[in-house]
Amino acid sequence: MSVTDTNRRNFLKLSAGLGAGLGLAVSLPASTKTESAATAEKQDSYEFNAFLHITPDNQVIVIIKHLEMGQGVSTGLATLVAEELNADWSQVRIEAAPADARRYNNLFWGPAQGTGGSTAIANSFEQLRKAGATGKAMLVAAAATRWGVNTADLSVNRGVVSHRGSGRRADFGELAEAAALQPVPAPETLALKSPKDFELIGQNLSRKDRGKTDGSAIYTQDIKLPGMQVAVVAHPPRFGGRVTRVNDQPALALPGVEQVISLGNAVAVVAQDYWSAKKARDRLEITWDESEAFKLGSADVMARFKAAADQPGVVARSEGDSDKAIKRAARTLEASFEFPFLAHATMEPMNCVALVSKDGCEIWNGAQLHTGDQYAVAGELGIKPEQVKVNTLFAGGSFGRRANPHSDYILQAVRIAKAMPGTPVKLVWSREDDTRAGYYRPAYLHKIRAALDEQGLPLTWQQTIVGQSIVAGTPFEGMIQQGVDPTMVEGASTLPYRIPNLHVDMHRVDLGLPVQWWRSVGHTHTGYSTEVFLDQLAQMAEIDPVEYRRRLLQDHPRHLGVLNLAAEKAAWDKPLPKGWGRGVAVHKSFNTYVAQVAEVSTGPNGQFKVERVVCAVDCGIAINPDVIRAQMEGGIGFGLSPVLMSEITLDQGRVVQSNFHDYRVARITDMPEVEVHIVASAEPPTGVGEPGTPPIAPAVANALANATGQRFHRLPIKVS
Amino acid sequence: MPITIRVNEVEKSVDSSPDTPLLWVLRDELDLTGTKFGCGMAQCGACTVHLNGQPIRSCVTPVSVAEGSNITTIEGAASKAARAVQQAWIEREVAQCGYCQSGQIMSATALLTSNPNPSDADIDAAMGGNICRCATYVRIRAAIKDAATQLVQGA
Ligand code: FES
Ligand code: FES
Repeated sequence: MSVTDTNRRNFLKLSAGLGAGLGLAVSLPASTKTESAATAEKQDSYEFNAFLHITPDNQVIVIIKHLEMGQGVSTGLATLVAEELNADWSQVRIEAAPADARRYNNLFWGPAQGTGGSTAIANSFEQLRKAGATGKAMLVAAAATRWGVNTADLSVNRGVVSHRGSGRRADFGELAEAAALQPVPAPETLALKSPKDFELIGQNLSRKDRGKTDGSAIYTQDIKLPGMQVAVVAHPPRFGGRVTRVNDQPALALPGVEQVISLGNAVAVVAQDYWSAKKARDRLEITWDESEAFKLGSADVMARFKAAADQPGVVARSEGDSDKAIKRAARTLEASFEFPFLAHATMEPMNCVALVSKDGCEIWNGAQLHTGDQYAVAGELGIKPEQVKVNTLFAGGSFGRRANPHSDYILQAVRIAKAMPGTPVKLVWSREDDTRAGYYRPAYLHKIRAALDEQGLPLTWQQTIVGQSIVAGTPFEGMIQQGVDPTMVEGASTLPYRIPNLHVDMHRVDLGLPVQWWRSVGHTHTGYSTEVFLDQLAQMAEIDPVEYRRRLLQDHPRHLGVLNLAAEKAAWDKPLPKGWGRGVAVHKSFNTYVAQVAEVSTGPNGQFKVERVVCAVDCGIAINPDVIRAQMEGGIGFGLSPVLMSEITLDQGRVVQSNFHDYRVARITDMPEVEVHIVASAEPPTGVGEPGTPPIAPAVANALANATGQRFHRLPIKVS
Repeated sequence: MPITIRVNEVEKSVDSSPDTPLLWVLRDELDLTGTKFGCGMAQCGACTVHLNGQPIRSCVTPVSVAEGSNITTIEGAASKAARAVQQAWIEREVAQCGYCQSGQIMSATALLTSNPNPSDADIDAAMGGNICRCATYVRIRAAIKDAATQLVQGA
């Protein structure tokens, strides 16, 4: 049984070029203009290439191909262009790119545009600097022609081209029209700056995604189009439920209500505004066919996982002979870890504006998988992907949710709009819909068994991971190679510690539940189990946890670098007040290395508070240190919720939680002080949207173990 | 019968039924979309506006309750405290996705208006109802302190 909407034939195969762990990341900016306004503005600007426009009034417009979800990607991408263009930061503006896989694909993903896996800066690093360098060369060529001078005597500095001998100067705006007509220089003639000459990269430049302190930033939720109607949907009480009968009379009797539309797996009410639609939705009388619906509870799910874990799994990594080694080991240790389902709970509940007309379909959305969404919508409507126009808006958070491989809520909006051609429809999910209609971080079970040698160092490590695959049955299915789903095992299959006998395997249990990546994907659980269990081994060996990790990471200098930096800045050896504990975790995800030291205080009745976190990060060249710090702070705060309180549970298939009173998340009162240190590096930049999240949960659990002597193998943590 | 409310110093006559939450009147009828919908049940603070200077959750406040009162939304936040808060927010680069920040700023402004020198505990108490899923809390705290300092020095 599949409870997801998979009646699409037009799957885009995204397997090519996808690394393990496309994740979630963040996303991006948006043009707040309607199509006509955007077109009007375009006519006033000159296009140098896909990423760079310059206006006669001297604005540099950088076209942002990734989604701004708060991760700061628009600022980072604009910095790359501005650096090589030698623009003045104050003249730089951002504009969201249209969906166009040919021009705006993620270079790490092949022919698909999208944001995830903390790849936005990494895949764009060279591409966008070249876009800037191209622009600079064309501006210089135009000035040389205008002044009849040699390009060699021209220099470009903070948005001004000047001529050495004559002192002539012109700003970009004055040159834009002529420059845009210059021949585009061949890429091999462009010399990119050496890192020592960077003027903007490495600075704490102000963010470009403005309008977020005065209410003027526009999100999908804020779109209003002429004649637009608002749709609110009734979802089935259990996943997989189907509509058998609807009495819509009580709903239609309410003022402002336009139409009730059965979608097969949901019922939509369309009205003139949200409140009218919501009141009417609550009056629908729906009979559901639940014969195919999912009816297990969370405990049943875990029981199925446990049964699977006892069978041999698909091997993700195997070195040495761990079965043999374990028999002659001095000491062994075993533990099982349980992870619940998690909702993304973005601050902006899922929503999408769709308009279906005879020419195609236009959608307004915080689009994270532009190309996948285009194919999905095209498949639904029987049109070509190019006929699906996507307007990308700022997303009020995503954490992976808006990169849904099934395009779930987008297709829901399109199906409603299809029933009302010519009318723009804004689908708005309530918080309850957002919490209950799925696409969760899957539940997982891990079993780890290890043995120590005489020195107390690990001789063997056997880990089994059980859960539902995120990518099976989606366009990302090609990520599964030889039965191994990297989104389940990444972080465990890539365990960096020097262990001679290592075995990691996995079991896919297909529950058919709507599951999805959640900020840092597999690392959300593998980071926890590996770093907590390793800490237990250090304890058994009676070796300091930082020292223990150091000994096992001798071949991994970047892991060591962040570990040592975090330990030093946290004053690892300094005594703590009574009742406090300190814990460490180090984890690499999406090619970024992060170590965190957490300090917790404990009180009566199992109460505890995370007081302080010291974080060290190595993400290669730091494009914008302040944005990196923000992502570490945010990644830590986001990762705290599943440690402290968040879980989605199922009761006979029904989702128990519904809103923030029972799907609780970290508040300001839960937030520790955070100190972030960035390792100086000349390596190419890697992402920061996700990697701050995995280490916090194990660092806190290890700190609590230090304070209480208890170990925690289930999240959220309950201290007894 | 139309209801008259005063929003950002301007009288508005609205047609919504009296039980409609103020949030949806502001957003859908008056096109003041800076005030956000996050939960609809006074759990997240995204919809925070001021009613006669007091912070309220507009998602659970029927528009009829606001009749005859002064409502201030993020679009009209122009008091000294509001400006100091907004400035501090920008200087600290608090916002990530930004969706919660109108509510955060309205709550912080109300705090500083009634308590110009808040302690950490005061900040926790005043801001505990405002969720930020991007977890910008470290910067929210710092920015409130900056704004407080600014207000004292500027006074
Ligand atoms: S929307 Fe009003 S408190 Fe959440
Ligand atoms: S900035 Fe994203 S929810 Fe607060």
